Amino acid sequence: MSEAIRFLPPRQTVLSRRAAIVADLADLLPPECLVHEERELVPFETDAFISYRRLPLAVALPRTTAQVAAVMKYCHRCGIPVVPRGAGTSLSGGAIPQEDAIVLGLSKMSRILEVDYANRTATVQAGVTNLSISETVGIDGFFYAPDPSSQLACTIGGNIGMNSGGAHCLKYGVTTNNLLGVKMVLVDGTVIELGGKHLDAAGYDLLGLVCGSEGQLGIVTEATVRLIAKPEGARPVLFGFETSEEAGACVADIIGSGIIPVAIEFMDKPAIEICEAFAQAGYPLDVGALLIVEVEGSDAEMDAMLASIVEIARRHGVKTVRECQSATEAALIWKGRKSAFGATGRIADYICMDGTVPLGKLPYVLNKTSEIVERFGLRVANVFHAGDGNMHPLILFNANDPADAAKAEEAGNEILKLCVDAGGCLTGEHGVGIEKRDLMRHQYSDADLAQQMAVRSAFDEGWILNPSKVFPLEGRE
Amino acid sequence: MLTPHSESDAAYVIRNAAAQGTKLAICGGNTRSGFGNITSAEETLSSRGLAGIVDYERAEMVMTAKAGTPVAEIEAALDENRQMMAFEPMDHRGIMGTHGASFGEPTIGGVFAANASGPRRLVAGAARDSLLGIRFINGQGQAIRAGGRVMKNVTGLDLTKLLAGSHGTLGFLTEVTFRVLPVPQTVETVVVSGLDDAAAAKAMAAAMALPVEVSGAAHLPASVKGRFLNGALPAKADGAEATVLRLEGLAASVAVRAEKLAAVMEAFGPVSRLGSEESRTLWREIRDVHPYADGTQKPLWRVSVAPSVGHQLVAALRLEAGVDAFYDWQGGLVWMRMEADPEAELLRRYIRALGGGHATLMRAFDAVRAGTPAFEPLPDAVAALSARVKQKLDPAGIFSPAKMG
Repeated sequence: MSEAIRFLPPRQTVLSRRAAIVADLADLLPPECLVHEERELVPFETDAFISYRRLPLAVALPRTTAQVAAVMKYCHRCGIPVVPRGAGTSLSGGAIPQEDAIVLGLSKMSRILEVDYANRTATVQAGVTNLSISETVGIDGFFYAPDPSSQLACTIGGNIGMNSGGAHCLKYGVTTNNLLGVKMVLVDGTVIELGGKHLDAAGYDLLGLVCGSEGQLGIVTEATVRLIAKPEGARPVLFGFETSEEAGACVADIIGSGIIPVAIEFMDKPAIEICEAFAQAGYPLDVGALLIVEVEGSDAEMDAMLASIVEIARRHGVKTVRECQSATEAALIWKGRKSAFGATGRIADYICMDGTVPLGKLPYVLNKTSEIVERFGLRVANVFHAGDGNMHPLILFNANDPADAAKAEEAGNEILKLCVDAGGCLTGEHGVGIEKRDLMRHQYSDADLAQQMAVRSAFDEGWILNPSKVFPLEGRE
Repeated sequence: MLTPHSESDAAYVIRNAAAQGTKLAICGGNTRSGFGNITSAEETLSSRGLAGIVDYERAEMVMTAKAGTPVAEIEAALDENRQMMAFEPMDHRGIMGTHGASFGEPTIGGVFAANASGPRRLVAGAARDSLLGIRFINGQGQAIRAGGRVMKNVTGLDLTKLLAGSHGTLGFLTEVTFRVLPVPQTVETVVVSGLDDAAAAKAMAAAMALPVEVSGAAHLPASVKGRFLNGALPAKADGAEATVLRLEGLAASVAVRAEKLAAVMEAFGPVSRLGSEESRTLWREIRDVHPYADGTQKPLWRVSVAPSVGHQLVAALRLEAGVDAFYDWQGGLVWMRMEADPEAELLRRYIRALGGGHATLMRAFDAVRAGTPAFEPLPDAVAALSARVKQKLDPAGIFSPAKMG
C-alpha cells in the first residue's frame, strides 16, 4: 500500500462515536442496507485505484431516495463525512473511503424506471450499470452513447460523478452531453430535481456543474439520459504503423480532414503485444503502433468514409490495413482493445494515467512519455482514445516493491504535468479523485482553484461530501 | 458604457465597482439586452473592446476568441475553412428588435453567456456542449480560468458550463475556447405536408428513431409557414402545415438517407424535398425565429419541454388565450407569440402539468415585463442553491442584479 497521497485526518469526534453512529443508522435503514462488521467493510476499503485503502466507519446501501435523504440529513447534522460509491471502479480513487466516513453505496438502486422512445430518454436509478441501459433499449434500435471500458460494472451514478467518456465519445460526447436531468439529494437531505426530459434546464446550469463533480455536490439518485437511434452498421478498421509518430500524425490528419469517425483508438507496441497475447485478436506484431478506426452508417457511407481514411493512412506510410469482413472479425478487433487493462493487469501491476492533450501534440507527448518512464527504469504501454487526445499510458510496476511503486507514481505525475504543459489537462475521463489532487495547482492558479472551492462550498459548506478528493488539502478555505 | 480593452482593465473596473457597490449590466454587443428581468444596473460593462480571434487550430477544430469578437468575424474565419459552430447560434436581433445604430454586433461572448443554440441542438448539443474553456472576471475583480482547450476534461468543477447561460450574472467573460466541426458537404430537407400538430409530433418522433441521423426536426403550422422561404415551402395546398426534417453529410450518404426517410414519412403525409441552398436558408430562418421577427413587442415565449408534449401545451393554451406557435427540436422547443397578455401563470401551470420544462419571456411591453418573471421561477431549494452559487461568484451582487430572478 502506498502512502504518498494523504487523506484528511479522521475526525476524532466521529471515530469515538462509532457505535452510536451505527446504532443511529440502523434506525434509518433496514438491516440488509447497513454494513458495519469489519470483515464486511473490507470490500469497500478501496476502488480500482488499489494502491490506497481505508476502512470506512460503516456502509449504507439505501434502496430509495428517501433513505439516501435520511442518511444525508443525519450525517450533515452530525458532521460525518460521506463518500458516495457506485460500483467502485474509479481509477483515480474517487470512491476510496476514509476511517471517519460513511460510504453511501447506490448499488441497491438499480432499476430502470422508464424508457420513453417518443422523447428518446431513459430514466434510471443511479445504481443501474452503464451497459444495462443499452442492453434494455438495444432491441428497439436505440443505445446510450457513453461507453467507458468498465461499462459492464460501472454505474450511471458513478459515470455522472466522473463525467465518464469511453471509446465512442468522439462522435457522441461524454456523460455531460448525454445527461438531461437528475434527482439528487443535497448535503442536508433536501431532494431536488435538475432538468428532465426537455433539452435544456431552467436557471443556472447546475446539472452541468454536478456532472463530473466527483460526489462533492450531492448524491445523485436518479438520472434521465438521452437515447440515440442505433446506426445501421459500424465497422472498425485496423491500421498498423512503423512508429507511434506516424500513427499520431495520421490521427491528426483524419480529424483535420473533416471526417469524424465514432472512435479512433491507439495502441503502441507494448500494448499490442500484451493485448494480442491475451485476446488473440490477430493484431500484427511487426508494427510499432496500431490504430482502430471505427465508422458507422449504411454500407455505402462506411465505404466512402473508410476509403478516405485509408488514403490518409497511406500518406502516413501505413504498413498493415485490415478491414473487417464479418461481425465476428469486428468484435475480435474490439475485444483486444477492450481487454487492454485486464490483460495488462495479468502481467504486471499498473497505474493508468488519463491526461488529455491537443491532437497536434500527440507524437511529442508520446515520445516524452517514453523518455520519462525509461528514466525511472520502468515500462509503459500506451492504449488510448486518440481521436480526442485522451492518453492512457499504463505504467507497469511491481506493487510488492514500495520503491517501484513510488517510482511509478512519480513518473505518472511527470507525465500528467507534461500533458498540462502541452496545453492539455490532468484528466480526460477518470476524474481527479485522490490520484491527481495534489497536481491541481499545476493546472490551475490559486484564484482558479479558490473559485472552484467557493462554488463547492455553496453546496457543502462543511465539506463532508467526499472531502479528501479533488482539491489539494492545503489552502482550502 | 464601460468598454475595457484588456482583461486587466476589465478586472480593475470590476474591482472598483465591487468596492463602491456599483451595479453593472454586462453585455457584448447588447443585441440580447432585452433578456431577463429588468435590472437595476447603474452602468453598462461591455466586452466589445475585447475583440479578436486569439487562436484557431483548424486541424484540431478548436478556436479561442476574445469575448467581444463579433460572431460575424468568427463565422467568416470558420467559413473560409469549411468549418462551423455545430450548435448553430441563434441571431436574436430579429425577434428582439435590436438591429440598428444604437446596438452593436452579436458577440461570441454573448452567444455563450446566453447559451444560444439553434436547430442542431437536438443532436449536436447546445452552445455549452461546444464550450471547452473560458476566462472571466468574477465579482471580486479576479481573472479566473476554467476548463481548457481539449474536448475531454474532467479536471475539477466544470465552471465553464455554469457560466454558459448565466447571462452575465456570474462573471464577465473575457475569452472563450470552443470546438468547431466541418461544414456538411450537403444538406437536404424532407418536407411532410398537411400534418396537424399532434400528427407532426408523431412523425418527428418516428424520424428521430430511424438510423438516418436527422439533424433538425421542426413543425411549421399553417399560420407561420408562409413566412419561411418567402412562402415557397411546398405543400399539398396553400396554407397547409409543413413538417421539416433535415439531413446533412456527404452527398452520396444524404441521398441514400433521404430516400429511406421519405419512404417512412409517406405513411404520415405527402412528402417533398428541398435541396441544399433552400435548406440552408430555411434552417437559418427557423434558427432565427423568422415568423416572429415581426417588429412588434407582442409577448414572445421560448418554451422548452419534452418533445412529445409541446403540441399538447399549445392546444391547451389555445382554449384560453390567443396564441400563435411553431416548433423546433422535434417539438421540444416551442416559440409562442401571444396576441395580448403573456399569460405567464397559465402557461407555467400547463408546463408543470405536462411533466415540466420552462418558459422564458423573450420580449413584451415594458409594463408587462416589469410584472412577469422572464425566466421560469425555480423551486425554492433550487432557487436558494442558485443564490448561494451566485453569492460565491459575485459576493457584492454587482452583476446584473435581478436579471435571472
